[in-house]
Amino acid sequence: MSEKIKFTIDGKECFAEQGQNVLDASRDNGVYIPFLCHVKGIKQAGSCRVCNVKIAGRTMTACTTPVAAGMAVENDTPELRDLRLAIIEALFVEGNHFCPSCEKSGNCELQALAYKFQMMVPRFPYQFPQKQVDAENAKILIDRNRCILCKRCIRSFKDEKGRSLFAFKSRGHKLQICIDEECAANITDEMAQEIMNICPVGALIKKEKGFNEPIGTRKYDNKPIGSDITSVI
Amino acid sequence: MSNPIVATTSLAGCFGCHMSLLDIDERILQLIDLVEFNKSPIDDIKTFTKQCDIGLIEGGCCNSENVHVLKEFRKNCKILVSVGECAIMGGLPALRNGIPVQECIEEAYLNGPTVGNNTTRILPNDDELPMILDRVYPCHEIVKIDYHLPGCPPRADLIWEALVALVTGGELNLPYEVVKFD
Repeated sequence: MSEKIKFTIDGKECFAEQGQNVLDASRDNGVYIPFLCHVKGIKQAGSCRVCNVKIAGRTMTACTTPVAAGMAVENDTPELRDLRLAIIEALFVEGNHFCPSCEKSGNCELQALAYKFQMMVPRFPYQFPQKQVDAENAKILIDRNRCILCKRCIRSFKDEKGRSLFAFKSRGHKLQICIDEECAANITDEMAQEIMNICPVGALIKKEKGFNEPIGTRKYDNKPIGSDITSVI
Repeated sequence: MSNPIVATTSLAGCFGCHMSLLDIDERILQLIDLVEFNKSPIDDIKTFTKQCDIGLIEGGCCNSENVHVLKEFRKNCKILVSVGECAIMGGLPALRNGIPVQECIEEAYLNGPTVGNNTTRILPNDDELPMILDRVYPCHEIVKIDYHLPGCPPRADLIWEALVALVTGGELNLPYEVVKFD
């Protein structure tokens, strides 16, 4: 068994496996670094930039940075909190996030991060972009108004031949998520639920049943996101 | 010294935020000791009769009358507060943003499934009616807004705590549960 690597987050002594990234290691040490696009066990994308930390004076994403011995990671600082809030605010204005009418409200990770940072109003002007809703699939509704292009779905769901269920199409500001109808023809109800759970926002919605949990009992109604990580140790 | 004066209005909103203000229950007795109300649907004063300290704005701006009222509030209130998602980001009325106004009006008055007896195919065009804006605007894109209270509606505790902090000059420490967007 290889030696554990010693490093620090905000001065707290932490230990990591060889080759482990900062984000996964922080979780194992009971430290919460906010993130959106990362899924444990799936190849990182570093696309949302919410897990930005400061290492040796440079801002870098915790999910794509392997831990090195003696590394001093800055995480919960006023500067980084504001940087993360700015990213979250940008995500809110770049899409059409109508929380009051969204099925994912209360279980949405983007919203939960906004709650955690007590976002009252984004500092950027609302864009109200025009996006398409795709309801072709029998089990999954794709609402691109809410998609933050984190690639979680693309990276997480492959069929038995290794083909992705989801993919990007178009480029630049027209970039959008789409579903491979052939691969996704036989999605089961359980899988549809899994897909909905992986999506950090309400872009992928399981059809036929919504607003199942009453307000007050949903995941982020009473406990801030990350509480499960910090309460372990 | 007289009590701080509060004015409220509902622009493109559903009055849910005003309902939430009333949801402070028995604290409403404290409220009337704490502040005086001027122009507001709560006391039915239609026009400003004096300079106010705090203006609570519910709803965004979807027509020219909303813009007019909002500017009046800015002129007559020292502090303006956007109350609720509609005031902050347009809310549900802003679902029409991106759809041309002509299309919206035709759907509402000519082509919609619930349009029954508009046999003359008239679109509302009376001079008295305010003009519909090209899209629904958040209040802070029309005038300077000093504070924002999110929620649909904002929790009564959030409105109460914020109002008390504004009036008394105390510090505002909001528990996690009161800042919600739905």
